[in-house]
Amino acid sequence: MHATLFYSFFKSLVGKDVVVELKNDLSICGTLHSVDQYLNIKLTDISVTDPEKYPHMLSVKNCFIRGSVVHYVQLPADEVDTQLLQDAARKEALQQKQ
Amino acid sequence: MADDVDQQQTTNTVEEPLDLIRLSLDERIYVKMKNDRELRGRLHAYDQHLYMILGDVEETVTTIEIDEETNEEIYKSTKRNIPMLFVRGDGVVLVAPPLRFG
Repeated sequence: MHATLFYSFFKSLVGKDVVVELKNDLSICGTLHSVDQYLNIKLTDISVTDPEKYPHMLSVKNCFIRGSVVHYVQLPADEVDTQLLQDAARKEALQQKQ
Repeated sequence: MADDVDQQQTTNTVEEPLDLIRLSLDERIYVKMKNDRELRGRLHAYDQHLYMILGDVEETVTTIEIDEETNEEIYKSTKRNIPMLFVRGDGVVLVAPPLRFG
């Protein structure tokens, strides 16, 4: 497994609160519990962010989300080191070329 | 010895399409996505799958409503702002410098 930039990035966000937007337009807010190489995500203490017009997951506390159904992940801006990310992206891009 | 040094030098020439994206790191870019969505934000990271991290993002979702009586198409767009966003690459259609209108 070569390219691991985003896997490493998400690992550094474990424990932080994120909002995962799925391709079916469902938005789930929760604490990032774990992530894997496919960017599958496990969230704990979840709640549905948009007005609960989408599936009411009132009884669900934790969930596993298949990486391929994720559209966006909203991140806490102050937990992200943009300089580090940019440098890592440059390195990864050059690595991929070789 | 000289060969090793040469190989360690980073290639800054633009050879393939992904290199063009590399030039946009830390710059604002425009991203067109599937389902009539557009993003404008500052590019912080990307990879060969076009997974991206964008900062200070504005998302525009465009919908077309048909007026029942006149049958004309009404274009509506909804915008929202997100401070820091991970975008999964499989929704990305196009990446470009921000468009400027007149």
